[in-house]
Amino acid sequence: MATQEITIPVDRALGSSFVDRLHGLVVTVDHKKLGLMYIGTALGFLVVAGLMAVAIRLQLIIPNNTFLEPDVFNRFFTMHGTSMVFLVGMPIIAGFGNYLVPLMIGTRDMAFPRLNAFGYWMFLFGGLLLYFSYLGSPGLAGHGSAPDVGWFAYAPLTSRAFSRGTSTDYWILSLMLTSIGSTVSAINIIATIIALRCPGMKLMRMPLLVWLMLVTNFMILLALPGLSGAQIMLLIDRYLGAHFFDTQAGGSAVIWQHFFWIFGHPEVYILMIPAFACLSEIVPVFSRKPIFGYPIMVGATAMIGLISMSVWAHHMFTVGMTSVGNTFFAISTFLVGIPTGIKIFNWLGTMYGGKIRFDVPMLFCIGFLFQFLIAGLTGVMLAVAPFNWQLTDSYFVVAHFHYTLVGAFLFGIFAGFYYWYPKAVGRMLDRRLGLWHFWLFAIGFHLTFDTEHFAGLLGMPRRIFTYDAGRGWDTLNLIATVGALVQATAVLLLAINIVRSVKKGDPAGNDPWDAWTLEWSTTSPPPDYNFATIPTVRSRRPLWDLKHPEDPDWKYE
Amino acid sequence: MINEASLPLAFEPGDWTLPSPRKAAIVSLILTETTLFSIFVAAYLFYIGKSLTGPTPREVLETPIIPTICLLSSSVTIMLAERALRRENRGRFQLWWLITILLAAAFIGATAIEWHRLITVHHLTISTNLFGTTFYSLVGLHATHVIVGMCLLTLVLVFSLRGLVTPLQHERIQMVSWYWHFVDAIWVIVFTVVYVIGR
Repeated sequence: MATQEITIPVDRALGSSFVDRLHGLVVTVDHKKLGLMYIGTALGFLVVAGLMAVAIRLQLIIPNNTFLEPDVFNRFFTMHGTSMVFLVGMPIIAGFGNYLVPLMIGTRDMAFPRLNAFGYWMFLFGGLLLYFSYLGSPGLAGHGSAPDVGWFAYAPLTSRAFSRGTSTDYWILSLMLTSIGSTVSAINIIATIIALRCPGMKLMRMPLLVWLMLVTNFMILLALPGLSGAQIMLLIDRYLGAHFFDTQAGGSAVIWQHFFWIFGHPEVYILMIPAFACLSEIVPVFSRKPIFGYPIMVGATAMIGLISMSVWAHHMFTVGMTSVGNTFFAISTFLVGIPTGIKIFNWLGTMYGGKIRFDVPMLFCIGFLFQFLIAGLTGVMLAVAPFNWQLTDSYFVVAHFHYTLVGAFLFGIFAGFYYWYPKAVGRMLDRRLGLWHFWLFAIGFHLTFDTEHFAGLLGMPRRIFTYDAGRGWDTLNLIATVGALVQATAVLLLAINIVRSVKKGDPAGNDPWDAWTLEWSTTSPPPDYNFATIPTVRSRRPLWDLKHPEDPDWKYE
Repeated sequence: MINEASLPLAFEPGDWTLPSPRKAAIVSLILTETTLFSIFVAAYLFYIGKSLTGPTPREVLETPIIPTICLLSSSVTIMLAERALRRENRGRFQLWWLITILLAAAFIGATAIEWHRLITVHHLTISTNLFGTTFYSLVGLHATHVIVGMCLLTLVLVFSLRGLVTPLQHERIQMVSWYWHFVDAIWVIVFTVVYVIGR
């Protein structure tokens, strides 16, 4: 392979006015730009859906509060849940995958750049369509505005008789659009990983993030059609008078739950695995040790992917399945504890004896470890069917899944922001603001969600818009709301940090963390073509080999 | 600022070949489509015999033997077309390709006739009962895929008639044919579920 010098003039952009830059974003097929667009848009939706959560918490701050009307409350928790899963979680995964995978496997772009852009625009317009329901929905029938059926939209609540107007149709159609976007993005990432690795990058030499992205995107392919299929059926029910979920014509409302959770439970792991991926890259670099048990990590991830496909009905212990069904889904749910436990021990094993640097990304990783452990333990509690009968649809469940999705997923993703921001922007995020963000967010998180466990144990059901005084929930709800405000402040600090550091951050250089994967071998931000010369690798830590020619990894792998 | 990726990395000699991205992508697409179909197949199987009113499948369905033969043999003709393309025999490629399209059209025509008969003679629509609901959705989902496939096939034929399809595009043509094989294979499952198990 001949090495060719490529020099590209720095100021070759046609213009740098706002319109020119906007035009650049609209027509781009560059994986880095699209990745950042995914993440930026997701952060926008995170703010909107987060403010809805704050409004929900403010309504619950005291008994018999009248801050939100009941129907507005229903719309808010529906839009909050739907947005956080489909317009925040999924695009952040796509964004990280898009931005990092080609850089980490040493290639110049995704396998299908135009398909990549198509996926982004489907996601964006799907998200906008969901929010357009606030304007578009009342106009036609005068019933309802935004969707108010909950993010899992149980039948028969969604049938024409109970959900009049078009709000549920907005929910269906917008999620179908974002699903198309997620599917093509998943196909693209899989094809990129399989077909475009740089010479020497064998499967077992890929960075763990790439492995985990491969698994999570396969899960997207296997899980999302469950939702899309059920939504097609629901649309046929609503508009062509079919009877899939119409119990009066022999249809079944329970089968909606099955179809939804066949998608819904793998979805939880689809979101979690990229957070695992961030940890698997960050923990070794900040412990100054290679990851402990690389092949076991790969195996455990594949195992999570497989098992998560057979646990869905643990969301349905109270609908009246047979004892055999309950037992099967309880046991399969316990099984997920094994590979996730393996992962926690591997991260701990990586840190053990390492020279740990407590920088902001590492702090978020450590927070993740604590919180994910507790989330897993309450998950095992909820998998015990009789315990679940008692606590299903209570704030205990709300606290449990926010522990996974905020305490683990969001902490992992925040760690990723602090870790890769210097690569994407060329400047470091401010460390002092980052520390404030971490501590405020961690404290606020625990104030809110630790107390919600107890509210749930004391019998507080989820999705109630208010409650009477004197049930023992008053103080707990007050603390939870204060915690939500603290978390909101912390996210505001992150936003300030992100915007400020674009111009004012310390210059990052190519490799600010002294890391080992290929993305740190190119400039920050990387040039359009990523690598002037396509790299070749001989081990899992190519940059270690480069920096330590006297003691390279490939001698031992 | 140096706007150039710099660090050269250790070079490992030897061949480095990877699967084609197109193949990886089309296999992924087929995987996700299969999952979509399995949801509809599961719904069909679940609702067999649960209709509260008639007509029942036994009363109105006739096994579509000839359309099935048409569709399955189109898998063979598309293979022959592909082989002709690889051997740079353009005329034969176009002939087999056209036959594939005609066989697909025959299949879709037969479905149209079947649906027309069910609707006008037996008064079975998608809202009549659960059988109608699941039958039209599952068979309709498959028919949609056949129509999408026919659009792709026709596009390739138009390109070929304008002289744009050369053996260089063999892999692209092959991807169309993989999709077509998938559509045919799904029909085997739909046929078994609807016309064999469901009756």
